[in-house]
Amino acid sequence: MSQPIIEVKNLGKKYNITHQQGGYIALRDVLAYILKKPFSFLKTKAKSMVGASTKEEFWALRGVDFSIDQGEVIGIIGANGAGKSTLLKILTGITPPTEGEVVMRGRVASLLEVGTGFHPELTGRENIFLNGAILGMTRKEIAKKFDDIVEFAGVTQFLDTPVKYYSSGMYVRLAFSVAAHMEPDILLVDEVLAVGDAEFQKKCLGKMEEVTKKSGRTILFISHNMGAIQNLCKKTIFLKKGRIEMFGKTDDVIRAYLEHSEAVSSTEFQEDTEKSAQIRKIQILDANKNPTGKVPISQKFFIKIDYVVRQPIKQALLYLWFYSRGEILLSSSSADKDGVLRDYEPGQYSTLVEIPAFLFNVGYYYFDVRFQKPFIEDIDYQLNLSFEVSDVRNPVSEIFHGNNAGRIATILEYHTEK
Amino acid sequence: MAEAITIIKPKKKFSLQDIRELWQYKELLYFFTWRDLKVRYKQTVIGVGWAIFQPFITMVVFTVFFGTLAKMPSDNVPYPVFVYVGLLFWQFFSGALSDTSATLVGNQAIITKVYFPRLLLPLSSVFTKFVDFAISSVILAVLMVYYGYAPNIWGFLILPILLVITFMASSGIGLFLAAVNVKYRDVRYVLPFFIQMLLFLTPVIYPSSIAGKYSWLLAFNPMTGVIQTARAALFNTAPINLTLVGLSFLASLVALVIGVMYFKTVERYFADII
Repeated sequence: MSQPIIEVKNLGKKYNITHQQGGYIALRDVLAYILKKPFSFLKTKAKSMVGASTKEEFWALRGVDFSIDQGEVIGIIGANGAGKSTLLKILTGITPPTEGEVVMRGRVASLLEVGTGFHPELTGRENIFLNGAILGMTRKEIAKKFDDIVEFAGVTQFLDTPVKYYSSGMYVRLAFSVAAHMEPDILLVDEVLAVGDAEFQKKCLGKMEEVTKKSGRTILFISHNMGAIQNLCKKTIFLKKGRIEMFGKTDDVIRAYLEHSEAVSSTEFQEDTEKSAQIRKIQILDANKNPTGKVPISQKFFIKIDYVVRQPIKQALLYLWFYSRGEILLSSSSADKDGVLRDYEPGQYSTLVEIPAFLFNVGYYYFDVRFQKPFIEDIDYQLNLSFEVSDVRNPVSEIFHGNNAGRIATILEYHTEK
Repeated sequence: MAEAITIIKPKKKFSLQDIRELWQYKELLYFFTWRDLKVRYKQTVIGVGWAIFQPFITMVVFTVFFGTLAKMPSDNVPYPVFVYVGLLFWQFFSGALSDTSATLVGNQAIITKVYFPRLLLPLSSVFTKFVDFAISSVILAVLMVYYGYAPNIWGFLILPILLVITFMASSGIGLFLAAVNVKYRDVRYVLPFFIQMLLFLTPVIYPSSIAGKYSWLLAFNPMTGVIQTARAALFNTAPINLTLVGLSFLASLVALVIGVMYFKTVERYFADII
C-alpha cells in the first residue's frame, strides 16, 4: 500500500510541427517532389538522418513528475494547449511519450469520450457489448452488469432498436452508463461532460461522486468545469505550457489558475470541413470595436463570433455560457429575445454579442460558445474562452477601494423617499 | 493491490509482450469481427445472402463472357465451377486487402480515444472476409455435387494450408497498406485499380497454363499457387505441386513479416497523425 498507484517520472512528449499542422500528406505530392527535385529530397532526407533537420519541434509536455496514491481523485486544469489531453493520452497508451516513464499499479480504464465505437446500425444491446469490450471489459463482466447498465440509462424499451433511432439524450445516457459501470482501479477521464445538457451533466457528476466515494477508485479528471473539479477533486494539477505549474489543494490551485490566465483578445480555430457548421474565430472587442482581452467595467464591450455554415441548418441558435469560479453565472442565447430559432443557409456569418457596461464585476470570466440545435445536437462548440473586466472609472471602487463584493456589478436604481 | 502493472515508456519495439497482449485482447478481436459482419449484413436487404449472391453473380457473368463467348480454356473442367474456385479465393484475398487497408482510417474515432493493440483492427477485417469465404463456399459445394466432382483426401488436407497462405498474404500486404494509408491518404484511391490489375495477373479467370513458358512468372504471386493448387486438389486435374505451395507459403510469410514489422514501427504514431 505504501507505493503510489500512479508514478510519472520526467514525462515528455514532442511533436514535429509538420505533423501537427499538415496532418497527412498525399503520396502523389511526395513522389512528385522526389521526381522534380531529387537532390533537394536527398539532402533533407540525409539531414533528418543525421539529426540536423530544421523542422520545428514542439514539446506538448516536458519534465512532468508526480505521483498519486490509491483512492485519490485528482483534477487536471490548464488553458487550451497546456498539455492536459496529451498527458491523458500518454497515460492511456494511445500515444507514446518521447521521454520519461509512467508506472501504474492496477487495472486502467479511460473515458476520453462517451460512446467511443458506438455504431449507429447496431441495437442498444449490441452497442453495450461492443462499447464495453472497447473500453476493456470482458464479455462476462458486461453480461453481469448488463441489467444495471440498462436501468441506469433508462432505455429498457429500446434495447433492440438500432441506436441511430435514439434521441441524442438517450444515446448519451446509454454511452455514459456503459462507461460508468467499468470497474478499474484507475480511471482516466477527459472532458466527457462537455456534451449533453446541464441536467445530464449533473447526473454524471453524481454518479462519479458515488463511484469514487464507495469504491476508493483512483481518478484523474480533466475538465474546464471548475465547479466539477471543486466538487470531485481534493487535489489538482495545474498545467501550463506542458509543465506542472502547481500541484496541491484544489481551491489553492484553482485560484492560482484563474489569476494566472491571461485574457486573450482573439482566438481562431482550425478549419474542419467535415463539420456542417463551424465556429472559426471568437474575438473580444471594446466599445470602439478594437480587439482587446481586458475591458473596462464602465464600458460596454462585444463578443464577436465568426462562423461558417456549410450545409443548411434548421432551427439553431448561438448559446453562450459565462462562468466565474466554476459556477455558471449567465446563460444567454441568440433566441432569448423572441424565443424563435433561426434557419441558417450556407455562408459566412458573424454575430456581435453586446455586453452592457457594469454587468460583470471586476475579475476574470470564462465563457463557452455553442452553435446548437437545442436538445438535439451541438453542431460546434468552443469552450473556455476568457476575458478580464478591469477596474476603470468604477464608482463602486471609489467608495469600497476595490474590495467590491459579488460577481455582478449591475448598478441598481435607488429611489429614496423621505 | 498490484495485480496488473502498466509501464509506459517511449519507443516500444516489437516483442513477445505484443503477442501476449494480442492474446489478452482476443475478445475485442471477436467483437470487431462481429461488429463488421453484423453491420454489413444489416445494411443490405438480403443480409447474409449477399455473401453468396456476390460471388455467384460474378461467376455467372464471367461464365457467360469468358467461358461461353470468349471460350477461355479451363483445363477441361466446366467453366462455372473452375472460375468459382478462383473467385472464392480471390475475393477472400482482394476483399481482405482492401478492407484492411481502410480499417485504420475508418476507425480513427476509436484509435484516438482508446488504447488497444492496433493490430486487432486489420486482423478483424481479415477474419470478417474469412467468414464470407466460408459462407460462399456453400455454393462451391453445390456446384461440385452438380458437376460430379469429389475432392480426394489430399485435396481436403491441403485446403487449410491454402487458407493459411491466403490469410498471411492478405494480412501482410493489408497491414502494410493500412499503415501507409494513415500517412498518405491518396493510397486508397490507387488501391482499387491496383487490385483490379492484380486480378488479371492471377489465374482466376484463366488457367495458369495459358501463359505457357512464362507461367513461372505468375508464381511470384502467392495467390497463383493457392488457386492453382486448390483447383488441382478439388478437380484432380493435375498432381499437387508441393514446391509451388511451398513457394507461395514462403512468399506470404515474407509479406506477413514485413507487414507486421512496418505496422509496428509506425503504429505508435497513428494516434498523432491520423
